[in-house]
Order: sequence, then C-alpha cells, then structure tokens
Amino acid sequence: MPEPLLDVRDLRVSFRTRTGPVTVVDGLSFAVAPGEVLGVVGESGSGKSVSMLAVLRLLTNPNVTVSGQVRFRGRDLLTLPDREMRAVRGREIAMVFQDPMTALTPVYTVGWQIAEQIRAHEQVSRKEARARAVRLLSDVGIPDAASRADAYPHEFSGGMRQRAVIAMALSCDPALLIADEPTTALDVTVQAQILDLMRELNARGSAVVLITHDMGVVSEITDRVLVMYGGRVAEEGPRRAVFHGPRHPYTWGLLDSVPRVGGARLRRLPTIAGMPVSPGDLPAGCAFAPRCRLRHERCEELPVLVAGSADFEHRDACWLPPDDRAALRVTARTEASRTDTARTETSGTGTARTDASGTGTAQEVAS
Amino acid sequence: MRLVLQFAVKRFGSALLVMFAISVLVFLIFFATPGVDPAARIAGRNADPATLAQVRHSFGLDRPLPVRYLLMMRHLLIDRDLESFVNRGSRVIPQIVQATPVTLSLVIGAAVIWMTAGLLMGTAAATLRGKAADPLIMLVGVVGVSLPAYWLGEVVNLITQKQLHDSVFSWVPPPGYVGLAKDPGQWALHLLFPWLTLALLYAGIYARLLRGEVISALSEDYVRTARAKGLSERRILVRHALRCSLIPVVSLFGLDFGALVGGAALLTEVVFGLPGIGKLTYDALQNLDLPVIMGTVLYAAFFVVLANALVDILYARLDPRARHA
Repeated sequence: MPEPLLDVRDLRVSFRTRTGPVTVVDGLSFAVAPGEVLGVVGESGSGKSVSMLAVLRLLTNPNVTVSGQVRFRGRDLLTLPDREMRAVRGREIAMVFQDPMTALTPVYTVGWQIAEQIRAHEQVSRKEARARAVRLLSDVGIPDAASRADAYPHEFSGGMRQRAVIAMALSCDPALLIADEPTTALDVTVQAQILDLMRELNARGSAVVLITHDMGVVSEITDRVLVMYGGRVAEEGPRRAVFHGPRHPYTWGLLDSVPRVGGARLRRLPTIAGMPVSPGDLPAGCAFAPRCRLRHERCEELPVLVAGSADFEHRDACWLPPDDRAALRVTARTEASRTDTARTETSGTGTARTDASGTGTAQEVAS
Repeated sequence: MRLVLQFAVKRFGSALLVMFAISVLVFLIFFATPGVDPAARIAGRNADPATLAQVRHSFGLDRPLPVRYLLMMRHLLIDRDLESFVNRGSRVIPQIVQATPVTLSLVIGAAVIWMTAGLLMGTAAATLRGKAADPLIMLVGVVGVSLPAYWLGEVVNLITQKQLHDSVFSWVPPPGYVGLAKDPGQWALHLLFPWLTLALLYAGIYARLLRGEVISALSEDYVRTARAKGLSERRILVRHALRCSLIPVVSLFGLDFGALVGGAALLTEVVFGLPGIGKLTYDALQNLDLPVIMGTVLYAAFFVVLANALVDILYARLDPRARHA
C-alpha cells in the first residue's frame, strides 16, 4: 500500500452519560490510500458515522471525548488548531450526509450555499464563485443549472438535494470525500445515479470513504471494505477477498442477509439472530460473541485484528481457527436454518418478516 | 407584481372587515352595558326629564341602534367631526392625531432597545449554554418580565425625580412629552426612562424565545453541513443558525408591536405622564366617553392589522418556504 492519505490509529470516542461513560468507537484503526474507495459497513449503531464525524472533529457535543490519532497528509487532525482544521474541512476533506432533506439551510438558495463554501476557502469574487457553483450543479446532473442555482432547497427533490450537497462537497476538489450513507434516504433509481457520481469523482482522483449498510452498494463501487461491529473492526480487506472469502461470522451474517436477485427464492431470508450490541454494555471480549453461533471460551478475550491467510491485507478479528473458515460458515448456516425452521414450525405463523425487504443488488455476493 | 397586488388587496379587504366587526362590537357592548346613558352624561347631573328627552332627540339617541351606529360612523369617518360626549366641543380625531406621535415615539424607541437587547441576550445565552453565564442571562430576563410596568415606572420616577434627583439624576427632565420636531434632544431625554422601562418588560421574553430557537437550530443538520464546509463558528451562528431562528421572533414582534402602538403601552404612558393613545383610551374608559373609545379602538385595530400585514411581508422575505403558501 502506498503512503496513506488518511491514517487513523486507535481512535476512541466515548460519550459521558448519566449512567457513566459509553464507548462508541473502541480502538478503531484504518487507512485510506489516495484515490481509493473504502466501504465502511455495519449495522446501525456500530460506530460508522460517529468515527467519521470524529475524524473531521464534527462531534460538537461537550460530553464527547475523542482520543487516538488521525493523520491526514502527515498532520494529526485531532490536535490541529481550530483555524487550520477549518481549512481542512470542506477544502481537503469534504463530507456528505445521509439525509439530504435537512442538510441545506432552508433560507438560502442552493447556488448561494455552494458559493459560500468556495468563498470560505478561496479568494474569488462573488460572481466567479457563483459561476463555479452553476458549473458544479450542471456537473452533478442538474438540468438548467443556471436558473436552478437560484432555487431554494425546498424547491428541490430529495435526489436533487443530494446532488446539490455533493456538488457542494466537490466545490474545492477535496482529496477525500466522506459520504455517510449518501443513498439511504433516496429512491433506488436515484441511488444508482448518486453512486455513479461518486464513481466519477473517484475517477477524478479523490479518495472516497463510503459509509453504508447496503452490501450491494459496497460490492458495486468500493476497492476495500471495512466491516465494523460494536465500535471495532470485525474484518477488513480488499473487496473481492471480503466478498468471496469472508472470514468473520458477522460478515457472513451480513452477506447472507442480502436478498439475491437470481436463483431460487429463499422461503425466509436469513437474519443475524439477536440484537446489535448496545455501546453501553460492550463485552470485554469479542463484541459479536453473544450473537455468534460458533462462540467458544476464547471469545471472552478481546480478539486482535490479524491476517488469517496468505493475503496479509485481508484481516479479521476472530478466534476461530484461521484455516477452515469456509467449512465453518457452512456449519453455521445449516445450524441457523435448522433453528429457523424449528422456530417457524412451533410458532405457526412463521413468516413474520417479508422475504424481499432489502433492495440491494448483490450480483457479486458469493455463496 | 400581480401577486403583491393581490396580496395587498386581500389584506386591505380583511382589514376593513376586522375594523367593521370591532366597531360594531364596541358599539353594542357600550349600549348593552347597564347604567350607561349618554344622554344623562351630556345633560349633566340632576337634569329634568324634559331636558333629557331633548338631549336624546338632538343627539339622535332616540333613534334605532343601527341608525345610531351609522350616524356615529358618518361623523367619525366622513364628516370627521365626531365630538366627545363628555367634553362638549372637543373633537375625537384631533385628539387621536395628537396622541399618535407620542405613542409611536415611545413604542418604536422601546422596540429598538428590546430587540437589540433580546437578540444579544438570547444569542449569548445560546452560545454560552452549559456555562454559568447562560442561566444568569436568563435570570435577568425573567426578572425583567416579572416586573409590572406601573411598579417599575413608579420606582424609576421615585429614584430619578426625587431620591437621587439632586445628585446622579439631575439631568432627568420632569415627566411629560416634548415633540421630536420641536427639540430632538429633549424628546430623547424625556423618553429615555419610559423606553427602558417598556423595553425591560419585553427584552426577557425575546431573549428566552431566541435562546430556544438558536439552540435547536444549532443541532440541525444544516449547521453540521455548514461546519463540514469549513465555515467559521461565528459565520455559522450568525448566517445560518440565527438567521433561521429569527422567523418566529419576527412574528411575535409583529403582534407585540401592533398591540403596543394600539394602546397596550397604557401603563407606561400613565406612569410617565405621556399623553399617548393608551392614556387617551384610559381616560375615555373612565368617563365612558363612547366617541373617543370608538375612535381609539378603531385606531388600535388598524395598527394591529397593519402590523400583521407587515409581519406577513417580512416573514415571506425571511422564509422562502412561506412565499408560495
């Protein structure tokens, strides 16, 4: 791997609450190479968004403590003075958030808001900033951009707003774009268009961190995948390796729960049993152990992230024997379907959840 | 342009309707109140029945109610020579015209002070949330809101006119009003303490409202976006959070301002001896002087409606989402 653009080491985020400190991100380490697309996946509450907000120091709640190191182009962002941090935000690292409906200030025109960001970082005239805003809007596929730039956010549809937010993020040609579930709030057809935009941006040289819980999205555009659970890394590696030879039981669960487009229709979509771990009572050992079908005594101990096979870039945090993970996955799956069937038969009205609840495309999901 | 015209016509129509309804209501309430016989007032104490009947006839008080209403409206609006029932010969309209600048001076000046103070206090409290200054600022606000104008005004008068008049406050003029055109310096000097008294009552309410609005705006997604854009905290606060928080403040301001210009500043006017609309209404009510009451009430209704229309226009300027509604 070349010199990383963003190098996060041992990032810890904890919130002070009435019932004591709650650790939301627990020793997270990862790196993003220039021009790379990193997919960060995990269930809600796994610490994906919080860790990225911590990277940009956007956690303004006074009850939050962030520790660790976030090196971006050699500088530690966590210790940077506010002024210099502001110069990084929006100019070198841009961020796109999940809900485009509320991400723009309702009382200013879209063009004004894009121009505002340009003028915050560059010495350009009002006129020039506006011209650039119009160009950006037309680049992200907004028709008749010159007049739409004068529209207010409420006059845009959800997809259009997300495009506008992306146009804003791109306005200063950032080296890194952090996109926090940019497609979650959008229609499926619009989702594909937004992903295309990300891909185009990546082709222009920006690295992208894409936070999502949609494995379909990950399989489409990422180079590497980081699977998070309970504020820690469960597995990380090149996309192909993670999709074709997933090593962590949690990743197995995520991949199995994606509905398949082709092939025989499953009567029941597999789910991961149990509830996601709540950050308040993170176990001392493996966070996934309470939900894992293959847990054993060793799981009481905190697993370390190690490369299990010849591919040293593909690492996972699990105490299972590294060699025969594929066989173990089959065992776990048959066991799961057996208990599922049993549950269905005893309860009678077993099909409590609909089969095709997800909409992700999963051509590449290996079985 | 057509939209603006349509809006203006609609507003004007509804204003007329409101004023008509209010005038009818005032008229009916007045005559339905027992013990109110204008003829007895006009004729004076111990007038004999023959005099009373004559007065009744000459003032048209023996005619049916609708006719009496129309007659009064004609005198008020068309002939503009409606006379007081109590002080014979004193006309209503000149009294109102004379009182209006006093009230406007008082209320506009106080509004400038309380809006400035409210904005500063509210924004400061919101940004200093969690520190000692926030509850302190809010406490000052609550104390201001809780002090009644008649008490506060009297205390201010006591201190500035009597207790400390020989030392610190020797520059304070006696209570009363000096026209702006006559002497701007004296005008401001005479109004300084009335302004502060009235403003203190309102600054706290506005500070409190704004604090809540700014705090909730600061946790909005668009503020996070603004931060991610790399804007300075100051710009985020002023251009994004505060700008959006002003919308509800403006609508409250319109209501308060309209009511105050319409005569709700009565207590302050009475305490500081300012011959404004509030004082005029108060005196008319004491004497049950229907023509003056009618005049001042219609005047007040006009200002409330006008203030509301202005708020609507300002609202549309502040909030683009309201423009198409």
